[in-house]
Amino acid sequence: MAKVKGAITVNVERCKGCNLCVVACPTNTLALQPNEVNDRGYHYAYMANPDNCTGCCSCAWVCPDACIEVYRVKVD
Amino acid sequence: MEIQDIIRPENKVYSKPELLDEVHMHYCPGCSHGVIHKLLAEVIAEMGLTDKTIGVSPVGCAVFAYNYIDVDWVEAAHGRAPAVATAVSRLWPENVVFTYQGDGDMSAIGTAESIHAANRGENIVMVFVNNAIYGMTGGQMAPTTLVGQKTATTPYGRRIDLNGHPLEITNLMAILDGTCYVTRQSVHTPANVRKTKAALKKAFENALAKKGTSVVEVVATCNSGWKMSPEKSNEWMAEHMFAKYPLGDLKNE
Amino acid sequence: MKEEVRLMKGNEAIAHAAIRFGFDGYFGYPITPQSEVLETLEELMPWETTGMVVLQAESEVAAINMVYGGAASGKAVMTSSSSPGVSLKQEGISYIAAASLPALILNVMRGGPGLGTIQPSQADYFQATKGGGHGDYHLIVLAPSTVQEMVDFVGLGMDLAFKYTNPAMILADGIVGQMMEKVVLPEQRPRRTEEEIRRQCPWAADGRKDSRKRNVITSLELESSRMEIINHQLQARYREIEKNETRWEEIDVEGADYLIVAFGSIARICDKAKELAAEKGIKVGIVRPITLWPFPSEAIRKAAEGKKGVLCVELNAGQMIEDVRLAIHDSLPVEHFGRLGGIIPSPDEVVTALEEKLINK
Repeated sequence: MAKVKGAITVNVERCKGCNLCVVACPTNTLALQPNEVNDRGYHYAYMANPDNCTGCCSCAWVCPDACIEVYRVKVD
Repeated sequence: MEIQDIIRPENKVYSKPELLDEVHMHYCPGCSHGVIHKLLAEVIAEMGLTDKTIGVSPVGCAVFAYNYIDVDWVEAAHGRAPAVATAVSRLWPENVVFTYQGDGDMSAIGTAESIHAANRGENIVMVFVNNAIYGMTGGQMAPTTLVGQKTATTPYGRRIDLNGHPLEITNLMAILDGTCYVTRQSVHTPANVRKTKAALKKAFENALAKKGTSVVEVVATCNSGWKMSPEKSNEWMAEHMFAKYPLGDLKNE
Repeated sequence: MKEEVRLMKGNEAIAHAAIRFGFDGYFGYPITPQSEVLETLEELMPWETTGMVVLQAESEVAAINMVYGGAASGKAVMTSSSSPGVSLKQEGISYIAAASLPALILNVMRGGPGLGTIQPSQADYFQATKGGGHGDYHLIVLAPSTVQEMVDFVGLGMDLAFKYTNPAMILADGIVGQMMEKVVLPEQRPRRTEEEIRRQCPWAADGRKDSRKRNVITSLELESSRMEIINHQLQARYREIEKNETRWEEIDVEGADYLIVAFGSIARICDKAKELAAEKGIKVGIVRPITLWPFPSEAIRKAAEGKKGVLCVELNAGQMIEDVRLAIHDSLPVEHFGRLGGIIPSPDEVVTALEEKLINK
């Protein structure tokens, strides 16, 4: 089967650091910024292990603030 | 392959629905309302109903739904959304009307309006968010608060002798001949979110087809009211709320 | 439907008028003494002729919120009830006023307080004119004294409501609701088309056609500075209504020694009392407020000039008298006469009251 690679972007200012995307991610790609915070003081989510991402959208589905955009591409 | 090569417009598979405003939603981090708003925004747009949909927002945390989903809205007095929706729906039969109600709105002060609108089989969608607590006013007991559950007005846990039994309002709705579709969903896992979206879509289709009232209950969390992290709230919900409010269709005609 | 002359009850006339003035919807609930409004509408089935929606709600609370929903979507809608039912509607009425929505509410008053009696009363004057709900707001309040005015005020009430995007109330007493009289029913006014509604009410929540900006009908405003502005806008509208829409009737005020102020059907009883007083050489003039809000203060102040005293006759314990006193600034004696419990005074009781309270004092 063709290999699939994914990646996400997070709307940093919109994110409230609720951690639900991190919990939902099946490939342990995401984490909350340990030190960085956005303008409202939330530790926003980011791809801690970008290579793991398969673009499955789990994070985007559960995100209560629609902060996540998901990209997916086939690689041979 | 570098991330920059993946993150390109042609590779995008998911983004914030257009109908969801840019303004940040005021809900607490992890609140189910936000997910439900996102799904409504997706369903309304995908069904091409943007210019025909009128939402009726409740008094509760979700009163400000009208600031977030880009359709016409009428903000109702606490509990009266089904009555407001009844009139808008009957006076504008070509439009699609939905109410967005919390557990206090639907099963406390608005019990009569909710049951009678459904009993009349109004062709509306009732989105009912059941997080077993009054979020906006600071975490007080709701009719759906579980036995033993601590809230601002049941500080030692809800007691049947003092506060009565948790009200399964959706079960009542299911026995009314006016309802065509009554379901209980949740938005705490990707799979459940997708099921909730499908349920909302079915409900809006029913309204368009004038099949009667559809009730979509979303068993939801209230992190600040329950005093738990969003992750813990989801776990507590799955263990305790689903026992009293089991997910699945109660009616689907 | 052409103009028609009929003999009918005030309540039935309201139903015919609602259809003929092109209302889009009526949402009601049974309560004596005004159930005939809903009964007549259900009998006439206007949904088959003009397309008007008629719905019996599960409560007065639901009914007023249906009116709120209908009005919020630009439609011409009304409800009717009687005193206890109108109390239940107060929250909804405050929302309608706060959201600047046109709507018509009929109250056919019965004796209170509490469950009270089903006999006539005028004891909801304060509730109607001072605001029975919360917050600073006003309804345009019209007080019919004849079955014809019951009909006319349905049209006038709705026109004023749309002119000022403000709710209007017809405050009728049980007498004029239950009384049968000759009445001229107006020609059918066609209901507005959807395009007309969208043009007349661009603010309405009726669906974002041709992707206009969304309309949100709400009365919630947590930002105090903006809420104050909203309140100032409401107050400015009320001053405008006071300036343009105050209505009253004067009967033989010129040259009279005493003035009677009375509204609704009671003013007709006082008209007879005026005749009886004249036979005793007592010259009486009458001022009949037609809009109870805006109250005809200026007219009453002028009418009272040079008079020896004013008698307010109202089926309550003395409510309108406060507005009369405010208008006259206590420049002359102002007394009240009114029977309670639903008892309707006879004309000679009014004359006796005039004599005892003002003339022979």
